[in-house]
Amino acid sequence: MHANNLLLLLLAFAAAAFYVGRGRANHIAKLAGGSRQLHSLPDYHGHYTALCCGLPAVLLLILWIIFSGHVISAMVLDSLPAGQFLGDPGGRELLANKIANIAQGVLPKANQPAILVAAAEELNRLTQISRWSVTALASCVSLVGLIWARSRITPELQSRPRVEASIKYALFFCACVAVFTTFGIIFSVLFESLQFFQSVPVVDFIFGLEWSPQTAIRDDQVGSSGSFGAVPLFVGTLLVSAVAMVVAVPIGLMSAIFLGEYAHKSVRAYAKPALEVLAGIPTVVYGFFAALTVAPFLRDLGQGYGFSVSSESALAAGLVMGVMIIPFISSLSDDVITAVPQSLRDGSLAMGATHSETVIRVVIPAALPGIVAGIMLAISRAIGETMIVVMASGLAANMTFNPLDSVTTVTVQIVTLLTGDQEFDSPKTLAAFALGLVLFLITLILNIIALKVVKRFREQYE
Amino acid sequence: MNTSATFGVGTPSESDFRDTRDGDMSDIGLTKGHVTVGSVEIQAAKITARGVNIFYGDKQAIHDVNVDIGKNQVIAMIGPSGCGKSTFLRSLNRMNDTIDGCKIEGDIRIDGEDLYSPKLDVVELRARVGMVFQKPNPFPKSIYDNVAYGPKIHGLAETRADLDEMVEKSLRRAGLWDEVKDRLFQAGTGLSGGQQQRLCIARAIAVSPEVILMDEPCSALDPIATARIEELIEELSHNFTIAIVTHNMQQAARVSQRTAYFHLGRLIEVNPTEQVFTNPEHSLTESYITGRFG
Repeated sequence: MHANNLLLLLLAFAAAAFYVGRGRANHIAKLAGGSRQLHSLPDYHGHYTALCCGLPAVLLLILWIIFSGHVISAMVLDSLPAGQFLGDPGGRELLANKIANIAQGVLPKANQPAILVAAAEELNRLTQISRWSVTALASCVSLVGLIWARSRITPELQSRPRVEASIKYALFFCACVAVFTTFGIIFSVLFESLQFFQSVPVVDFIFGLEWSPQTAIRDDQVGSSGSFGAVPLFVGTLLVSAVAMVVAVPIGLMSAIFLGEYAHKSVRAYAKPALEVLAGIPTVVYGFFAALTVAPFLRDLGQGYGFSVSSESALAAGLVMGVMIIPFISSLSDDVITAVPQSLRDGSLAMGATHSETVIRVVIPAALPGIVAGIMLAISRAIGETMIVVMASGLAANMTFNPLDSVTTVTVQIVTLLTGDQEFDSPKTLAAFALGLVLFLITLILNIIALKVVKRFREQYE
Repeated sequence: MNTSATFGVGTPSESDFRDTRDGDMSDIGLTKGHVTVGSVEIQAAKITARGVNIFYGDKQAIHDVNVDIGKNQVIAMIGPSGCGKSTFLRSLNRMNDTIDGCKIEGDIRIDGEDLYSPKLDVVELRARVGMVFQKPNPFPKSIYDNVAYGPKIHGLAETRADLDEMVEKSLRRAGLWDEVKDRLFQAGTGLSGGQQQRLCIARAIAVSPEVILMDEPCSALDPIATARIEELIEELSHNFTIAIVTHNMQQAARVSQRTAYFHLGRLIEVNPTEQVFTNPEHSLTESYITGRFG
């Protein structure tokens, strides 16, 4: 039986086990004189039975999925005469793939050596045996679990704490998935970056002022020596992000103060969701809005005043990105502002402070940690944002602080380096991972700094 | 008035409580057009309230209250929960303005000036009529900044030295100076509950108000902290006019010169404190202070 079907079967067993366990518990309760004679409610006994039935069998299935393929292919390969292997270590793997392909009918049997065809048939046979045996074994394990759990159900059985503990482990497992995924991403980026730094020195990458990631595929090609100085990219990123924050922080913060402090309830009920709609617009839509509407408008406006504005400028991308980020800042800040206790506002008003004095001197300082957290989140968003800058800020790696010029950002370069067919051993492709790593480190450092700042200046009201 | 005629002798039955809550007031000696008994008017009044009605939406919380608050005196407002005493207190410095749907009718004057006149500046009024709340609510700032808050926003101090002096003076008057003089720049929220409440009083008196309103200032404090605050109220009453809402009748008896008894949004009786607690004029007042309900 296929693994997916087997999993469904085991889940069905577990569901049945729930009813068996609960029925048994109800029966025992009746004999003992009511369900209050049981330590745990019948539902808990049902869940306990289902866990005993399902969990070991599913674990067995997972182990089988992980190991059976390797074991079977090793058995098949070992049965071949030694001379069939190619010399290098990858040869064994290639051969295993070939046999698997023959077995699945991807490669026609007609042209293959007889010995490989025989190995493929052996592989199919072993796979069949293994599937049937795991089906039988897992079913047995789940039935044994069911019967064992059912036989243990007595008025004294403490099912509730056991089910409760299993919930804790399930939650812990989910938390682990998130953490391990993060580590996985970090390590994958890290290893590829190390490979990159073998061909391009770290110092050249971090402090180099020129970015031109061209590498030759053949020796006789022109422009074969690429330069990988990442500074222009980071300058571009910071320039676009800075423009975005200049737009988003004041507008976002002030609209949050308006919503939280001044707006009437009925206004707030409509204004807040309306503002949050901004967060729901796909960034690609913002992107063409920036490229097709804002950028030409800025160029024409600049011409009118005698500035030369590039048709793809950091300003256009930054402005639109700022608008995109407004809801992050306003929504988070509004939440923390409304969470400031009314008693503090009353205290200030009763001293004869005006509404705005109260907001500036009492409410904002008390809400500061949350506001800074919102802004940090927004900055991370701005630095990592890709679509808007791809469309609106250009590809030229200009080393400039002039927002009217076109710039390129780290994320844009990662996109251009990694889209299309790529070979993963050239520095050009690997540079993307190094850029990703440095970007990640920068946002990490920014977050740490923000946490320290908040800790230092927070005014705690609890 | 004769209490036995309205409540009978002994413990009131369940229905007596319900009757008082439901507002069917005729059988407990309270009529729709109830007129406050005792001495509503007083010589040298600081605040005069006449015909005050307060509404929360459609619900009327205060019915036709008339009372004078004497200068440099303490008036205690007592009464069962929900009788409107806090609502009335908050109307004296227009803190009810911050509550949606709260509407006030009638005439409240401080030194003859109409509190609810459109010309009156609320900010200036609140600087003259300070308030201390039920739960200590120091700002999440240092002790110094808490006390300096009022002087700063009203521009009372010209120099830093002036401000230092004001802070010290206020903390001394609130009896807190000796306890906090070595940690003026630590957070006010780190103090104990009683210290926090004295800090709030110091904060209120730092702007030299004429009147201080206190809304159950001791209800969150232990007996020792309460005793300190009561001493403080006694001292402050030489220079300030104080109106205090309290659930604690002993406290009212200890700190106040006059006592006002509220019931179901009506002011039942105002009299010198001694008389209210020894020889109340109204049967409801007597029932309340003898613990029949509340």
